[in-house]
Amino acid sequence: MKIIIAFIILWPLAGFLFNGLGRNIWSKKTIAYKATGYILCSFIFSLLAFINVQEQGAITVHYFDFINTASIKIPFDFRVDALSSLFLLVITGVGTLIHLYSTAYMDSEEAPHYARYFAYLNLFIFSMLLLVLGDNYVVMFIGWEGVGLCSYLLIGYWFSNATYNYAAKKAFVMNRIGDLGFLLAIFWLIVKLGTVSYGSVLTAESLAKLSTTDITAITLLLFVGAMGKSAQIPLYTWLPDAMAGPTPVSALIHAATMVTAGIYMITRSNILFSASEITQHVVAIVGISTALLAATIAIKQNDIKKVLAYSTVSQLGYMFLGLGVGAYSGAVFHVITHAFFKALLFLGAGSVIHAMHHEQDIRKMGGLKSKLPITHITFLIGCIAIAGVPPFSGFFSKDEILAAAFAKSPVYWVLGVIGAAMTAFYMFRLYATTFLGQFRGTQEQEHHLHESPTAMTLPLILLAVASAIAGAIGVPELMGGHHWLSHQLSSIVGATHEAHLSVQTEWILMAISVTIAIIALLIAISIYRKKADDESQTALGKFLFNKWYIDELYDNVIVNPLHKLAGFLKEVVEKNVIDGFVNGTGKFVQYSARKVRLIQSGQVGYYILWMVLGIVILFLLWFNDLSVLAFLFKLTPKS
Amino acid sequence: MFLLTLLLIPVIAAILLLFVNKQETINAITIVASFLVLAVSIVILNVNAADFDEQWLPLLNSRFVLHADGLAKLLILLTAISFPAIFIATQKNETSQKNIFNSLLLFTQAGLLGVFLTADALAFYFFWELALIPVYFLCSLWGGEKRIAVTFKFFIYTFLGSLFMLIGIVFLYMHTADHSFAIKALLESRLTATQQNTVFALFFLAFAIKMPIFPLHTWQPDAYEQAPTSVTMVLSAVMVKMGLYGVIRWLMPLFPIAFTGHANIVILLSVIGILYASFIAIRQDDLKRMIAYSSIAHIGLMNAALFTQKQIGAQGVLIQLFSHGINVLGLWIIADVIEQQTGTRSMKAMGGLAKKQPTLAILLVGFAFANIALPLTNAFVGEFLMFNALFQFNIWMAAAAGVSVILAAIYTLNMVQKVAYGEVGDLIQKMNAPAKQAQWVLMILLAIVFITGVYPQFLFNITADTLQQMFVK
Repeated sequence: MKIIIAFIILWPLAGFLFNGLGRNIWSKKTIAYKATGYILCSFIFSLLAFINVQEQGAITVHYFDFINTASIKIPFDFRVDALSSLFLLVITGVGTLIHLYSTAYMDSEEAPHYARYFAYLNLFIFSMLLLVLGDNYVVMFIGWEGVGLCSYLLIGYWFSNATYNYAAKKAFVMNRIGDLGFLLAIFWLIVKLGTVSYGSVLTAESLAKLSTTDITAITLLLFVGAMGKSAQIPLYTWLPDAMAGPTPVSALIHAATMVTAGIYMITRSNILFSASEITQHVVAIVGISTALLAATIAIKQNDIKKVLAYSTVSQLGYMFLGLGVGAYSGAVFHVITHAFFKALLFLGAGSVIHAMHHEQDIRKMGGLKSKLPITHITFLIGCIAIAGVPPFSGFFSKDEILAAAFAKSPVYWVLGVIGAAMTAFYMFRLYATTFLGQFRGTQEQEHHLHESPTAMTLPLILLAVASAIAGAIGVPELMGGHHWLSHQLSSIVGATHEAHLSVQTEWILMAISVTIAIIALLIAISIYRKKADDESQTALGKFLFNKWYIDELYDNVIVNPLHKLAGFLKEVVEKNVIDGFVNGTGKFVQYSARKVRLIQSGQVGYYILWMVLGIVILFLLWFNDLSVLAFLFKLTPKS
Repeated sequence: MFLLTLLLIPVIAAILLLFVNKQETINAITIVASFLVLAVSIVILNVNAADFDEQWLPLLNSRFVLHADGLAKLLILLTAISFPAIFIATQKNETSQKNIFNSLLLFTQAGLLGVFLTADALAFYFFWELALIPVYFLCSLWGGEKRIAVTFKFFIYTFLGSLFMLIGIVFLYMHTADHSFAIKALLESRLTATQQNTVFALFFLAFAIKMPIFPLHTWQPDAYEQAPTSVTMVLSAVMVKMGLYGVIRWLMPLFPIAFTGHANIVILLSVIGILYASFIAIRQDDLKRMIAYSSIAHIGLMNAALFTQKQIGAQGVLIQLFSHGINVLGLWIIADVIEQQTGTRSMKAMGGLAKKQPTLAILLVGFAFANIALPLTNAFVGEFLMFNALFQFNIWMAAAAGVSVILAAIYTLNMVQKVAYGEVGDLIQKMNAPAKQAQWVLMILLAIVFITGVYPQFLFNITADTLQQMFVK
């Protein structure tokens, strides 16, 4: 097993090295085959590991000691259990499809850049697998920053474009703010427990050693890390900008996998989080606020990818709401279904953008239904799934979170349903504007409209199937299902977290949320079936279109003042205060040195001579006469 | 005898060079000598080299004692790797009177090796100066336009520091039972708290200037900017370590009371310095000055971690001494390649390196991420341990210093963006592929970055004995 698990991450690493080092050597075909094939191999090995876990339970394997000193020991261990094996399958499964899709989508790139793209993508899979495989918080952190690096590299993949570079940098820096929180949480654990391994930290004994303050502080700091990586208020603004990267990257990293790392981390640490009432409230409130804020923004965006980006932020908010109310398996369920339908939607958007020759403004699209039949159908399935219409997957996972939210507080539920209505609305606004009505682009674009090649449509079809039926892994008992997923995860999250509602209440809640979602999506279709949003906007529309001016707010309140402070330190403090003082002292010395300068002749040989002589004289001085120095000692205090 | 051999190789080569004029011979002697040092240092790493102990200045009762413990071995290894790397990477640079230039550099190397090896306070001072004095000449004769003023500042600062240290050394000498400079004898002299504080201050001033610690740092960016690049590399990769080395070797064991007493203020200054230097680095347009301020921030963290007196922090510092040297060396070599070819250090004037010279850009990105301590690069291990210690010392200090993790990302990625990304600028357009030698050196250094980042254990093993001595009394 040890070897199999090692190979899960060695395949993508091999792909990274192969394409990274051979970027000038291999043909595009070789690059594409290797990159995709290695991830497929990784998927197969993940499957083996998954089956093994099903049969024999969790496995922990030790490879070497990352840090082993007298004061601390951090082993490089992997753990494959119910939780990580699920993530393995999602990452490598969706990963394979997106690699396949990329082989066609990135086809216009030259070979070295094509190789660079796939090297980054492979490296990303490697880091992401490291993140979920690690058996302690430090290994998780290694993967955590690793995916941040790959995200940075891929957002800025077209590095000649300055705007893209800014977006990449913004993503990395905002993630780093979160990472600092994560790091401090790790330090806190080390101080209190002396270990960071899950096996020792996440136990009742460890919990007993920690005070309530410790637990709250640690979990809040961990949550700060999750905020950065999973784009929650206030650290979410990087994600929409991250759409600068190639579309498959948005699908893989900024929708299906990396951004769900925060959910993985909290689910992994659920014992700690459940032990802190305060943190749970914070997580739930941040989650639902993010879900609503992002949903309102998504309603008014016209860039096809921006709509999906805000939708992702919003859906992640739902997952955090689920975590905050203790519905850990519900949150993981939503991670899985979201990975399918959001990857599908992004890839569908990519297919549209591909067909439209890099046009991303949905106002210039319309009527694509007949031109891109496969893209259209699969995209529609994605929209239905995310809107929460039964029996598509999103319905089951979202319903589970909402039911748990209701049990905690009906307010969460009401807000959640409002968000769900908005979700249905903006998704079908997007769908209707893009695929229904008349084509609004240029004639040339219309002439070139074409369905994408098989390498792109095949992943769309597979993901559409998954989006439609993935709900089956979590059909609630209420509907006669067994909820396989929650049984699966019971060893990780326990079974007691979710409060049980009466059967009747649950049916009513479900009926209300589904009805509202369907009404919202019908309204959206009826409005946008014929026409897109026009230019004229109400004040509210403008406010939403400009994303609540949050970016401007951050710039004016945080970024610019700090920039000014840095300038002040550089130009005033450093130059005038510190150096001014030094130079003042220096001038005095310089005066006395002026005469000595006559010795300087410019001949290096003489200088060396002086140097040697000087040292010799210095020694001779002490050798014969120490009285000068003895005088100095009289000045120093003695006992 | 290994230890003495180590010292003699650069000295002999340096003297030889003075009599040679032919370019090839100069290069050959320099490179052979620096590789010999590397070879011997690797031997020392694996063999338990016997101490060298000879009568030196009998009247002063100073002995010429060389002793290599783990800390010394690690820093010798760093020195031994740095010099050939520097010589090879800058071999193609135009240098007048190259024989003397190289000779002075080799003298510096001998001085550095001596500083790390000696177990006698007077010899320590001697080697300290031996390392510094050639640098003054190198800077003032081969430096940039403002070299005279800058070298003068550098000289005043460091010489003042050295002078204070000398006074401290002699003071200690007077307080040993049999008037000795040997570290063993010094350890036995029982100083009162007041005496400790006085001598601590004298020593620390010298070390703090050398590192440097805020607000004694202003000589450094100027010197790094104006010194010839190979000297800058020696200064920042190896020589700043003399200050930290001094703290570990002399301050910690000799003045325990004063050390603990000053911990708060020193850590506070260090943390202020970390943030201060990081902020300034964000606004630097000069590539060399940016690296200089970044280095000040990193050294500040190391000093703060030392003064926490936590074992975990000391462990972090020990391996970061090595890692910081490797990383900063990589950055300097790249900066030098760009400056040599484009004639500018202004990052605004650069851009598009990734398009024009992809290999160099990849190397730059590699070292950049080592500079911000990404996990699996060498710097992460050290910083992780050091922040841990700082956290144990005081949570708020750790949080404040931790902000530098974010600031480092900002200034480093700014640098990457300006230099490597964007459209190809006019100056970058002129660039040819860097010399093969420089590229190889960079690749080897980058390999060290990742190897010690993934498996830092062998660095831990080297310094295990030093750590034990520091904390098991």
